[in-house]
Parts: sequence; structure tokens; C-alpha cells
Amino acid sequence: MSALPDTPTVTTVPVAPVTARKRSDFFYYGLRNKKLVFGLGLELLLVLLAIIGPMVAKYGPEAFTGAQLQHPGHTYWLGTDTLGHDIFSELVNGLRESYFVGALGAASASVVGMALGFAAGWRGGILDEVLQMVTNIIVMLPSLVLLVVIGSYLTSRSVLFEGVFIGLTTWPWVARAVRAQTFSLRSREFVEMAKLSGKRPVSIIVFDIAPNMASYLFLVIILLFGSSMLLAASYDFLGLGPTGTVSLGSMMNQAQNEAALLYHEWWWFIPPGAVLTAMVAALLVANVGLDEVFNPKLREQ
Amino acid sequence: MSVRVENLSVAYRSHRGDVTAVDDVSFALADGEIMGLAGESGSGKSTIGNALIYLDQRMKATGGTVTVDGRELPISDDRAMRPLRMTEVSLVPQYAMSALTPTRKIGKLITDLLKSHHVKDRDAVLTELRRRLALIGLTEEVLGKYSFELSGGMRQRVTIIMSTLLNPSLLIADEVTSALDVSTQRAVGEMLLEFRDRGYVKSAIAITHDLSILAQIADSIAIMYAGRLAERAPVATIVNEPLHPYTQALIASLPEVGVRHDQVTLTGIPGRPPSLVNPPAGCRFRDRCPFAFDKCLETPPFLQVRPGHSVACWKVSDSRAAVAGRPGQEQAV
Amino acid sequence: MSTLIKFDQVSKLYPATSRAGGLTPALRKVSFELPPGEVISLIGESGSGKTTIGKVLLRLARPTSGTVTFGGKDITAYSQRGLRDYYRDVQGVFQDPFSSYNPIYRVDRVYDMVRGSYFPKVSDSEWSGRVEAALDSVALNPGDVLGKYPHQLSGGQQQRLLIARALLLEVKVLVADEIISMLDASTRVDVLNLLVKLKRQGLAILFITHDLSLGNYVSDRTIILRHGAIVEMGATEKIFANPRHEYTRMLLSAVPELHSKWQHSPLGPVAVAAPALALAPALAQASMLDELTHAEQVVKRDLRAVFGGARAVASGKSQVALALEPPQLREYEPDHLVADPE
Repeated sequence: MSALPDTPTVTTVPVAPVTARKRSDFFYYGLRNKKLVFGLGLELLLVLLAIIGPMVAKYGPEAFTGAQLQHPGHTYWLGTDTLGHDIFSELVNGLRESYFVGALGAASASVVGMALGFAAGWRGGILDEVLQMVTNIIVMLPSLVLLVVIGSYLTSRSVLFEGVFIGLTTWPWVARAVRAQTFSLRSREFVEMAKLSGKRPVSIIVFDIAPNMASYLFLVIILLFGSSMLLAASYDFLGLGPTGTVSLGSMMNQAQNEAALLYHEWWWFIPPGAVLTAMVAALLVANVGLDEVFNPKLREQ
Repeated sequence: MSVRVENLSVAYRSHRGDVTAVDDVSFALADGEIMGLAGESGSGKSTIGNALIYLDQRMKATGGTVTVDGRELPISDDRAMRPLRMTEVSLVPQYAMSALTPTRKIGKLITDLLKSHHVKDRDAVLTELRRRLALIGLTEEVLGKYSFELSGGMRQRVTIIMSTLLNPSLLIADEVTSALDVSTQRAVGEMLLEFRDRGYVKSAIAITHDLSILAQIADSIAIMYAGRLAERAPVATIVNEPLHPYTQALIASLPEVGVRHDQVTLTGIPGRPPSLVNPPAGCRFRDRCPFAFDKCLETPPFLQVRPGHSVACWKVSDSRAAVAGRPGQEQAV
Repeated sequence: MSTLIKFDQVSKLYPATSRAGGLTPALRKVSFELPPGEVISLIGESGSGKTTIGKVLLRLARPTSGTVTFGGKDITAYSQRGLRDYYRDVQGVFQDPFSSYNPIYRVDRVYDMVRGSYFPKVSDSEWSGRVEAALDSVALNPGDVLGKYPHQLSGGQQQRLLIARALLLEVKVLVADEIISMLDASTRVDVLNLLVKLKRQGLAILFITHDLSLGNYVSDRTIILRHGAIVEMGATEKIFANPRHEYTRMLLSAVPELHSKWQHSPLGPVAVAAPALALAPALAQASMLDELTHAEQVVKRDLRAVFGGARAVASGKSQVALALEPPQLREYEPDHLVADPE
């Protein structure tokens, strides 16, 4: 070692502050992602339409205005159908219905799927085996047939029924995804730390595991929302939808029944289809964008 | 001189701004020399290793040149580097154990490698391959296996064989012994030495934080701190007579077998390395150095204090008759 | 001296992951005692079972057979409430300090969790006082570390925060599983010295490591593990001064040292690590461990070839035999036990 030093004078240097953190990262990249901005933007527009539209529409969706098969014009913005309903009014009300059923379906599927997914992913063992079996059975069930069978026993079908039915037939997909993620997260060391801190399993799942899946769960729910709406529209189109309410699917059903396509009554069958496509496509595009934001490896630099 | 790095600087882009990970680094290797590049995390040692072979999109060389066998390496030009990889410069990356594609058999991976480098006489190379496998105690059966069928140490050594199959002039071994058991560490270390002795690689740079491994396999050691070179000397000098305060502190903090806490109390280095986003002026070790004085606010040059021994420290260069020579002229001992 | 922890013939079997199928014995009838204020190093390579011992001790894994007692009580019999009390006395710190924190919360949360479970009635001011005292004993400045996110701290700071957490609980036993390996050289020593200081204050530490020099620096007694069984055990000084088992000697000869080069051990150049031995599927069917004790099994020919000329069997048989029964430990000198060659 070299000779003894003089009294050292050490000048302290301020360490550069760590500025970037997860949340600001998210907004920074989020607002720059074209897909996310476009998708969310379009969706928000449609939601706005669903909220404001019925308030602005001149007529109720069920009202017989008297004028049949009018072309779009001043009085009837999107024309009327064979029964004299105002298409615009039907459209915006149907939009509301579709959003409502979509949300209900997604919510019930999420709740059931997440609860079972977390439980199975955490415990493993018998519970997991049973859940997998149940999941496989439900996935295999032809939901359309089931809907027809159940529907035939009911005097009328409500929106609530449709929403819950969709939820109960699509939860397996959520459960599987949640289970897989929980499985991989539960062996992480911070989960072991939580166990070593005497925390109970439910608490660990809610506060440690779920938040780490938050971005993933978010994506799952968005996709679920889109598919719920699409599923509801398909059921409605086949006439299996809620009785007595107007929805995008029911509009297309009626247009189909009255051979609107044949008669070139474009203002009847194009708007609901176009709007439905826009609703679901916007969500999917936003979803892809969101995935890029959450997953830095997908970002194009 | 087999390898010559002059004034190399590498920066990478982050949304906080450009970070200069490697700042004006120069060193040279003789033929047959194994140089250890040691430093802690964030010192820039891995970045240098990467710069010599593959700069990804986030990184860019902002200055300096690299010369191998008299020819300059076009490190910033990915295209031009391609034919040189594996033949002139080769890399055994960190976590090499995970670097092998799990869906193809080892033998297939090797033939793919040979094809992509347009190797003409494949049979000769494959015979050589078998010879080398036998050297480390493996048979041809390994070629028919998938990577996950081998143990970690085995995969590591197979990766080294693949990286050196085309006899590169320079091998960069990035933390090749870190995740291994002690006995496998030794096997891998001895393998590197053997390959160098037999001329399968001309020279090598072993990047690691583990000075004791370097004491076994390296001829000389370069110590990095916060993106700059602190000291470079033959291995015996670094271990027994280190001059830079950082090197001294590092050596003093290593526990050795036979030393117990009731006999000797080892000491660490207080503080943390500086952030490279906004590095401090002057010597970067300044605020952790017990010998720092006011001149340290000025960046100390990397000067040769003895043949083969260069240090970047004012205390050292002031108190010695420093020979101001180009660091590249040092002869490896 | 009363013993705190006692492992008695503890075995742990896992379903095998390799192609050979069957069960892998992670632990084979391991027995040892850990008294207060003592540091025991568990030294072994990967697959030796050292991490499994730590996990079993922390109740993160259940032994297949054998008992583990703490203060005389069987730890596998605890209820949820009993387990919580157990964790007041026994805690662990792991290899990767960053992973022990949930990245979306601030580091304070690890302390809040402890407070919520164990000190719900303590007042805020009293609690911050205790936290500061704990941080002080690990040489951390509260202002530097509290309120930050894990990625804002260095590995050394993260690790010391976790040790301070154990101190907040006033634990009696600490399981330190490779806590040094991911730290930089300059911080390693500080954490090691901290462990020594805590040991002097009465803490019993199970120091799990693959690094013999660390084990030698810090521990009173050492246990060398291979393939789930103890091959040498005793006072650290005695083992390092006079290693008797060939495996210990092989390990010591392979340790890279600053001031001396690897020498070829009297057994010849070090080849590969010995293969992981697994029981073949047929025997896995047997449900009782006793039936497996006297059984021998063949390890598939490929495993041997892949691991390249492993020192298969001392007697030159063409098949590798494995019994669940570990090699017998014999006393070489007081406080120095050596296992028979396997």
C-alpha cells in the first residue's frame, strides 16, 4: 500500500435524481401510441353518441312515425324502416343497449373468471384440476344451442338475462388466463415475502398478485367487452336477444327479415353493422396499442 | 498487437437522454493474451464487450476505433460486421446457458452456424469439432441432444465450443463463470486457458466482476469504474500492488478461504457508483475515495506509470514520475 | 446450550424434471442442530439441497419425511396462527434482493406488512422510532431509503432493508440464502460484517452459499452438502484446515483464489460436476420411503454420456446406484464428521 494520505477533502456530488417512474412512463408512451389514441378516441366518440344520441333523437325507437321506408333526410336523419321507426333513434338506443349488455357480460365473466382463476392458480392441486375440468366442459358447450333451449322455457328474455348468459358462458377464457398468470406469479419472491410476513392468501392475491397482473387484466377485460358486444349482436341477429328492446343486432335481424338488402334499403342495414364493426374494431386496435405501451419490447423505436 | 482499442466511447439512448456508458477507453492486447475486464455493475465493462461485436439499436459508438490483427473493425456497421463475427471476433454472452435455441438439436445448431458463415470444408470443421468436444470430456452424443437436456455447465461449455469453432482472433467472454458452481467454474476457466494455449483463439477478453477468477485465467486486468478505465496492469501487479484507490479497496474487500472474521475484518467501499446520466465532473470515484483532494475535480488522464501499468489517478500520477506515454504502447507481461 | 432449530432425518422428494423420470431426492435424511448465536454455513453446488433446507425451515416447503423442530415444537404442525408466530422468530432473506419487493409499491411496504401483522397497536411515532433503529443497525440512512421504489435503490441497500425487516421482528433465526451473490464486491463485505455483528448479538444464522470463502469468513460451523446428503460437517476451522471428504477437497481445490493458482487436486483434473441422480419411474410407484431405502436403480445410459465420463461408481459397475439412504457420517475428530464415500 502507498504512503499515508493527507487529510482527505471529499467533495460530495449530488446524485442525479431518478426522474422516470412507471406512471409517467405509461403516459409518455401511451399518448404517443397511434393505435391506442385512435382506438380509444373512436370508442369514446361512440360512447358519447350512445349517451347523447337518445337525448337528441326526435322520436323514440319504438314510435310509429307513420312514414315508412323513408330515405335519410331532414326529418328522419337515417330514414325509417318498414314499420315507420326512425332508424337514427333505433341506432342510438340500440347502441346504448349493446354497450349495456357488453358491459354486463364482460363484468359477470370477469368476476366469475377472476375469482375462480385466482383460486385455482393460487391453490393448485385438486381445486385446480376441478376448475380445469369445469372450464373444459363449459368451453365445449354449444352456447347457441343452450341459449335456444333456455330461451324456449322463458316467457320473455331480459337484457339482464342476455348479459348474464354471456358472462356465464365466456368466463372460462378469463379464468384460464388469470390462472396461468397467478401460477407464475405465486412463486415469485415477493409473494414468499408476503407469506413470511404472516399475510393471508386472500390478502396476498388481492394486494400482491392482482396488481402485478393489472395491465394484463386490463387487456383481458377490454377484449372481453368487445367480444361480449359481438356475441350479443349475434344472438340478437338470430332473434335470440332480449324481447322488447332495440339493439344493433335486432335492427339487423329486422332488416334481414324484411329483405332490406334486396330492396336496397341501405340506410337500414348498413348503419347498425358499421357501428358495431367500429365499436369492436376500435377496442381491438386500442388493445394492440395498449399492449405495446405495457410491453416495452413491442414498441417500435 | 493483436487487438487495439483507442478512445472508444459508447452511448445508449434512453428517454432520459443519452447515457455515456463507456467514456474514452483505450487498451491493447498482445497475441495470446487473456485480459480480464473487471468492474462492478454499471461500470461499462459489458458495454465494451458488446461494442466490440454487436451494437444493438439503442447503442451507438460515439468515438474511437477498434483494430483487430491490423484491420479496423467496423463496429458501427452491422452489415459489415456480420462476416467478421465468429471468425474474427466472437462472443460468449452473459447467460450463455440460455443462448442456445431449445428447439433444435446441438448438432443442427452447429451446422446452421457453419452454413451461415459459408464455411466450405464442413467435414474438416466437424472433425475438429469432435476433437474439441473430446478435449472437454464430451462425446458426439451431445450433438444429438437438445440444449435443455444438458446441465448448465455443459451448455456453457458447448456454447464456448461453438463460439470458438471458427478460430476467432478475439474471444469476448462475458461473465461466463458467474452462474456456475465452483467445480464447473474451474472446468470452464481451464477450458478457456486450454483453448488459448492451443491457438483456437488468439486473444480473449474475460468480462467479470470476479477478480479471483481473473487471477486464475487472465494475464492482465483492466479495472473499469463508471465508464472509464481506472487501472490496467499484469495480474500479479493488480493483486499484490494495486495503485488506484478503487482497485485497492476492491482487493481489500475480497474474502479468501482461510480468512475468518475474528482474524481479519474486511472493509467495503461506502457509497454508490455515480449515475451515468449526469456524471460528476472530474474523477468519478472522487466522492467514495479516501484520498480525494481538490485536483480530483479535474479528470485524471490514464497514464502509464510503469511499463505495462497504467492508472487514472492524480494521487498516483502526481506522486510518481509518471511516464506520459500512449497507453497502447504498453507491452503485456 | 439449548438448540433452537433441529433437523431430524429430513428428506424431501420432488417429481423429477429430467428425462429420466421418477423422483428426485432433494434432501436425504439430513440432520443437524442450530443453537442461538451460531452461524452455520450450508455449502453445496446446485442440486445439493441447500436451498431446500432453507425453504423447509421457512415453512415454504414441506418435508416428505423427518421432523423439523423449533424450540422443541414440530413446525409442520402449526396452524395459520401458529405459523404467524413462528415468523416472528424465524425469517429469511433471499438471493435476489430486488425480487423480494413487489415492484409496484414503495419499499416501506415490506415494513408496513410486518406492522399490520404483528404490531397493529403500536403508535405511529413509536413505529417510526423502531424502524429508524432497525435501519441504523444495518447502517442505512432512513432518509436515503424510505419512501423510495425498489428500482431506485441499489442491491446492497435493498438487501440491508430486508435484513432490517427481520430485526424489526426481533427474530431469533435468520435464513440467509445466497444473499451476497448478487451484490457488488464493494457492498458484499458490508453485508457480511453486518451478519457477524448480528451473530454476536445472539442471532442464529443459517448461511446458505456456494462460495466457500464467504462461508469460511463468517461461520462457526459448516455443513457440506452433495445430492441432498451431508458429506462433511463440523467446526469451520477444522473442516477448512483438514478437509477429509473427497468432495470437500474437490470444492476447495476448485475455489479461485487471488493469491494462488488452481492446482491439480490429487484426484486429477476436475472434470464435470457429478450428474444429478434420480430414481427411475418404477420405483417412484412405491409409496413408502422405506421400500426405497434398499433399492438400487439404473440411471439411463444417455445421462451418463451427456454428463461426460462422470465418476460413475467407485466399484466400477456399469450402473450408477442410488439409494435414498445417505452415506453414513462418522466422527473423525470432535466436532468434525465425515461421510463414507458414496
